[in-house]
Amino acid sequence: MGLNEKPLSTLHEKASYDLADFDVPTGREEAWRFTPLSRLKGLHNGKAEATGQLVVQAWTPSGVSAEWVGREDPRIGRAYVPADRVSAQAYNAFEKALVITVPKEATPEDHIKVELRGGGADGASYGHIVVVVEPLAQAVVVIEHQGSAVYADNIEFVVGDGASLKVVSLQDWEDDAVHVSHHHAQLAKDATFRSFVVTLGGDLVRLSPSVSYTGPGGDADLAGVYFVDAGQHLEHRLLVDHSQPHCKSNVDYRGALQGEDAHAVWIGDVIIRVEAEGTDTYELNRNLILTDGARADSVPNLEILTGEVAGAGHASTSGRLDDEHIFYLQARGIPFDEARRLVIRGFLGQLIERIEIDEIRERVMGAVEAELAR
Amino acid sequence: MSTLEIRDLQVAVEDKAILRGVNLTVRSGETHAIMGPNGSGKSTLAYAIAGHPKYTITGGQVLLDGVDLLELSVDERARAGLFLAMQYPVEVPGVSVSNFLRSAVTAVRGEAPKLREFAKDLKNGMDALSIDAAFAQRNLNEGFSGGEKKRHEILQLELLKPKIAVLDETDSGLDVDALRVVSEGINRFRASGDTGVLLITHYTRILRYVKPDFVHVFAGGRIVEEGGPELADKLESEGYEQYTKATA
Repeated sequence: MGLNEKPLSTLHEKASYDLADFDVPTGREEAWRFTPLSRLKGLHNGKAEATGQLVVQAWTPSGVSAEWVGREDPRIGRAYVPADRVSAQAYNAFEKALVITVPKEATPEDHIKVELRGGGADGASYGHIVVVVEPLAQAVVVIEHQGSAVYADNIEFVVGDGASLKVVSLQDWEDDAVHVSHHHAQLAKDATFRSFVVTLGGDLVRLSPSVSYTGPGGDADLAGVYFVDAGQHLEHRLLVDHSQPHCKSNVDYRGALQGEDAHAVWIGDVIIRVEAEGTDTYELNRNLILTDGARADSVPNLEILTGEVAGAGHASTSGRLDDEHIFYLQARGIPFDEARRLVIRGFLGQLIERIEIDEIRERVMGAVEAELAR
Repeated sequence: MSTLEIRDLQVAVEDKAILRGVNLTVRSGETHAIMGPNGSGKSTLAYAIAGHPKYTITGGQVLLDGVDLLELSVDERARAGLFLAMQYPVEVPGVSVSNFLRSAVTAVRGEAPKLREFAKDLKNGMDALSIDAAFAQRNLNEGFSGGEKKRHEILQLELLKPKIAVLDETDSGLDVDALRVVSEGINRFRASGDTGVLLITHYTRILRYVKPDFVHVFAGGRIVEEGGPELADKLESEGYEQYTKATA
């Protein structure tokens, strides 16, 4: 490397709108080695025809617009360029995109709701959503995935100067659903982005939230909770690309796993590029493995290309329920099953408590309770 | 009227014998102090009775009103009327004190307490132990000081009202003010009804606040001397040296 060359990142090498730029994955690639390709129902190799039944509905408070637009709309693909084969497939296959716009300085009183309901896992569906929050506006978006589907999509969150966007994405699919999704947030100067991902259902869910910055002062907080049951593969791949000075990012994902072949994958990639002086970043993943036969893969990657960071760290832990916790609760008369539920609920609840909308927080807590009762 | 009867109790940790035949009977209305040097097996006795998985019972019985506690699970023992105040209460992230206490009281009483009554009992209990009201919303033992942890153990003792309470070094790590507050709590519990107390301690200091009826000296995994309160005074002046030499 010459003195005039900038060091390059190895974590985010490829991005293209062209499907031909991505080979069909074989499972040996770093980006695909954890994903069981045979269960993707052809989303990765072009064999998944768009014959699926997936209905997308949006509810917006007054002052916020929601439009269905054609592929040629200039707002599509402005913030995000597909970064893997399935993402590029979805980008090339969707027919109409949903574009939601929160106008400049608007602060709608209620949240925006987008519901995606699958009508069966027979054919595939492809989608694209763009959420634009114009400068100094503030908005909350709740995205709910339900029913059954084979679905690949990309969602772009474009957060303007000084704007704030909070997103809750709930993957509450039926047992046979397959969902591969990219959520990309682009933060302008002093923008704030809060993402809360909850993944409970589906046979295979692979969700890749990523963040990029176009100006200094951006602040991203990415939280996630997942509960993996027997046979489920729930994968979350985070990428925060710090390319602007004085931005922040914080990642905290927690999951519980129970049952034979319950498989969780968490990848936490953070790049701090040469220009990104004064970056403050931390990423954390914690897994609670409740039974034999469950497996959690957790891989944090922190790539620092500048010497001037304010803070950078990561942690990853995977472990069993602590016997001492259970003993303490049981010693106070609380039966084992309830003691176990209290500890798991506490472990995930610490994150869920951070959801600010009461209705959504209770909904998420209720969904976790339902998982615990299974 | 309840009786805890420990008969020839033998306990091992990872194949190493710790308790070598302990015999002790605690009746309600009585306070027994178990004193002894570090490593004598005092805490092992407490945790083995409560059912901690680390300890293996290799012989003997522990009967509470005729029921062998050793046949019961940890939570069944607690619901049968046994309480262990722990020396090192663990931190449980994300579980609030109020949620924990309500779950424990519900389990031990067999029915959920009326919300208003429970809130009142909790407030009174916390006031009596000089525990700040905000404490109820904190996570269980998380970030508690040593004194706060011990006061919280005694708060549980007063709320759960067991038949027999085993207090494992509740006095350790407390300053004089905290010791007084905690001792008053133990004395309120003793005065509240038919309850027996087994007080495990290394120091005689707490016995000035909580007067024992019987004192047992523990060494080498068994009781080596027994007597009345005067035995504590003897230990105060002479220490444990004579017992540690005898068992060495």
